[in-house]
Amino acid sequence: MSFFTVDGISLQFGGLKAVDAVSFSVEKGEIFTIIGPNGAGKTSIFNLISRLYNPTSGKLFFEGRDITDVPPHQIAKLGIARTFQNIELFENATMLANLLVGRHCHATTQMWQEMLFLPSVRRAERDHRRKVEEVIEFLDLQAYRDKLIAGLPYGVRKVIEVARALCSEPKLILLDEPSSGLNVEETDDMSFWIRDIRSELGITVLMVEHDMTLVNRVSDRVLALNYGKVLASGTPSEVQAHPDVIAAYLGA
Amino acid sequence: MRFVFKTDYDQDIRILKHSGYWWSYGVLLAALIAAPFLLESYLQSQLVFVFIYAIVGVALMILTGFTGQASLGHAAFLAIGAYTAGFLQSLGVPFIVYFPVAAVLTGLVGALVGFPALRLQGIYLVIATIAFAFIVEEILARWESVTHGNEGMRVRALDLVGMPVPRDSSAFYFLCLLVLVGAILLALNLLRSPTGRAFVAIRDSETAGKSMGIDLAAYKVKSFAISAAITGMAGVLFAHKMTFISPEMFTLLLSIEFIMVIIIGGAFGVHGAILGAIFMVMVDPFLTALKDDVPVLAASIASSFGMAEDAAKQLQEKFSKIGSAAGLKGAIYGLIIMMFILFEPYGLYGRWLKVKLFFQLFPLYKRATFKRQKTYVKSERNR
Amino acid sequence: MLDFIQQLVSGIALGCVYGLIALGFVLIYKATEVVNFAQGDLMMLGGFFVFTFIGLMGLDYWLGFLFAVCGMAVFGMATERILVRPILGYPQFSIVMATIGLGYFLRSIAGMIWGTDDLRIETPFSDGVLKVGDLVLAHDKLSVIVATVILCIVLYAFFNYTRMGTAMRATSENMLAAYYMGIPVKRVVSLIWAISAAVAACAGVLLAPITFIHSNVGLVLGLKAFPAAVLGGFGSIPGALVGGLIIGVIESLAGFYLPQGWKDVAPYIVLLVMLVVRPHGLFGPSMRKKV
Repeated sequence: MSFFTVDGISLQFGGLKAVDAVSFSVEKGEIFTIIGPNGAGKTSIFNLISRLYNPTSGKLFFEGRDITDVPPHQIAKLGIARTFQNIELFENATMLANLLVGRHCHATTQMWQEMLFLPSVRRAERDHRRKVEEVIEFLDLQAYRDKLIAGLPYGVRKVIEVARALCSEPKLILLDEPSSGLNVEETDDMSFWIRDIRSELGITVLMVEHDMTLVNRVSDRVLALNYGKVLASGTPSEVQAHPDVIAAYLGA
Repeated sequence: MRFVFKTDYDQDIRILKHSGYWWSYGVLLAALIAAPFLLESYLQSQLVFVFIYAIVGVALMILTGFTGQASLGHAAFLAIGAYTAGFLQSLGVPFIVYFPVAAVLTGLVGALVGFPALRLQGIYLVIATIAFAFIVEEILARWESVTHGNEGMRVRALDLVGMPVPRDSSAFYFLCLLVLVGAILLALNLLRSPTGRAFVAIRDSETAGKSMGIDLAAYKVKSFAISAAITGMAGVLFAHKMTFISPEMFTLLLSIEFIMVIIIGGAFGVHGAILGAIFMVMVDPFLTALKDDVPVLAASIASSFGMAEDAAKQLQEKFSKIGSAAGLKGAIYGLIIMMFILFEPYGLYGRWLKVKLFFQLFPLYKRATFKRQKTYVKSERNR
Repeated sequence: MLDFIQQLVSGIALGCVYGLIALGFVLIYKATEVVNFAQGDLMMLGGFFVFTFIGLMGLDYWLGFLFAVCGMAVFGMATERILVRPILGYPQFSIVMATIGLGYFLRSIAGMIWGTDDLRIETPFSDGVLKVGDLVLAHDKLSVIVATVILCIVLYAFFNYTRMGTAMRATSENMLAAYYMGIPVKRVVSLIWAISAAVAACAGVLLAPITFIHSNVGLVLGLKAFPAAVLGGFGSIPGALVGGLIIGVIESLAGFYLPQGWKDVAPYIVLLVMLVVRPHGLFGPSMRKKV
């Protein structure tokens, strides 16, 4: 049983099949990318994995466990974190507050203990803060600690999205178009970070991406989708040479 | 201007960020403790009302300001707390027992309201809370065996382990102050811990919260429960302060007064609740002054400007008639709400922050720092 | 059986009034996603305007009706200009509270200007009755039903088949995009408030012979019109009417068959049940956010 398996998953909205019997599996420690034109169902697959949508059919397996019916808020505890294509940060909070929310799945204190702010709560808070600081150092976000998200530029917000996902100490991270809206320099930084996430932090990366240079530079395996169906799967060069993929997406 | 250098994680975790705050809040607390010995009884009584309104303000802050669940039904929670106290007192239960019982019972009712609230957002939630408040009001009026219906219920002076605490005593004042400080500390503690952050996440982005592992249903219910429980405690104090409760004291207008507390004060901080409470309690004396003093003042100003004797008297009559018109209170409330939303969206606490910033940055203060960006209506149906 | 039908008709007439007010809610919501809690009070003001034109100035009924409707339309535009336009981008809760404040203000000012007694006017519908077999249908109630149906049809056609109506629906979804597409957003919003106030004025005038004109009529009816609007679904014009009818009939039957006190609570219980089962109402679409 591989690390993460998607088995024949389908999602249908009325008459529209957003995802049509897609199957693939991700090995531990690899960087797996899903490519495809817009509307191919890539983000829908991510939403299915984070259980924001319910699949019409098919199953999901993570570390050998069937997670098809797990409620969305337990996915983070299982070790799957994700970023969002349209940034879903908390606009009126500081960056620190945003990152600390990412630690929520590791919160062990009960509400009554927090209301009295017992020493155990204080110790837990310091712990959470320490872990968040590690992520801040990893992604070079020290300058923005106390700034409100509302005032930060788009490129920084994208990095904070990734940081927040990392704060939950996931085993599998889902990155939804991490380089969209970033310029060349920022995309370079992002590619280094993605590789570091895999090599330094040991987290498996599953990502959706449009920027083919980034995909080539970073991915171990690639899956191409179109109209909700799988077109091709394999190493980046294999998929890019596949005639169906060229016809539907890459152009000759 | 003071820059605070951060050297310790505890500095971010602490409630009072630097030592200056210990001084200012300490002086405030000392002044409040000394107040009953220095002030006349009318002002002391008004301060007790400020405390009660502030407690509800803090509760509403937790629910509406932090979790983003609007509630126009908090008068119902106040009523449940008040009637529980009255009913249990008539059965001979001591204060020590019925105070926490009222809080817990109101909290449970709050949790019950929280469940249907899970599926409701925005305007639907507001309407649901209004409906809930009406239903509770009807139940209070009909359940005569417990609540004495529309006749109302007398509440005797509260009995603190054998020592009677009448409503005008300094002991009652200190009790209210204690409950208020407790409520504030509770709210601040919640804010700096995972539960409080979960509440804020629910307000700002439910989807992101779900992906971070926040069980939305559980936390919304918790938020309602806590807010209701704190309001229930205020309800017990309210019952003892008024010594007589009846269903018509807990109408929609009271719920709106509570919402006004946080709109006027500023919806995003505990300071807002206190400032809003002070403002709301001052409206009544203001209205009396409007009725009694302003006409006389207007007439004297007019005559000092050379207006004839009977013309000045007519002016005084006119002002007096406006001042004692029956619906003036409603008009003033409506006007206050509209003015604050139009001109002071951040409330009194926001105004205080702006003034503070002005002095800190003097002479470099720019009004545009707080200028709200022009925003356009974006459909909240898809939030 | 006759009693039942009598109550039913009474309920339908009452429901049409709720429907008219709910219609006002839905109109403003459809164009700007703002719920105007002062709608009932606009209706009350319409009644007072008509009283001023007919009762105090002695104008003919239909002329007074027309003047009241036009006057309220202008008042609606003024309200929009002064109160709503500056706060349009604010969170929905602020706008709701502002309209609640407006409602209180209007109610009190009306009480101060026109006094707090019940006022009456002479209308052509006040006294007549229509006899259908054994049923007695009062003319004033019939006028309400007929007018409501006409207004609903006209407004439904307006929203779905004219350019202005489509422009209004676009404005409510995404104002910035509407601006980019060349829709005169400010004029659209003013127009919708004018239409909504005019509808409220019609309701107020038609209601005058039934409930008489006094300053609290807006609060009582306005609060009951909420369950109607929610029942029908906030974005739907026929929904407002259907919701109003259901609430009116339930209230009427509850008042007749159930013990005292249930009459006022029944609509709210129905409302809560509806919110739990299907928050978007009978005709509203169910939606979820796409991330």
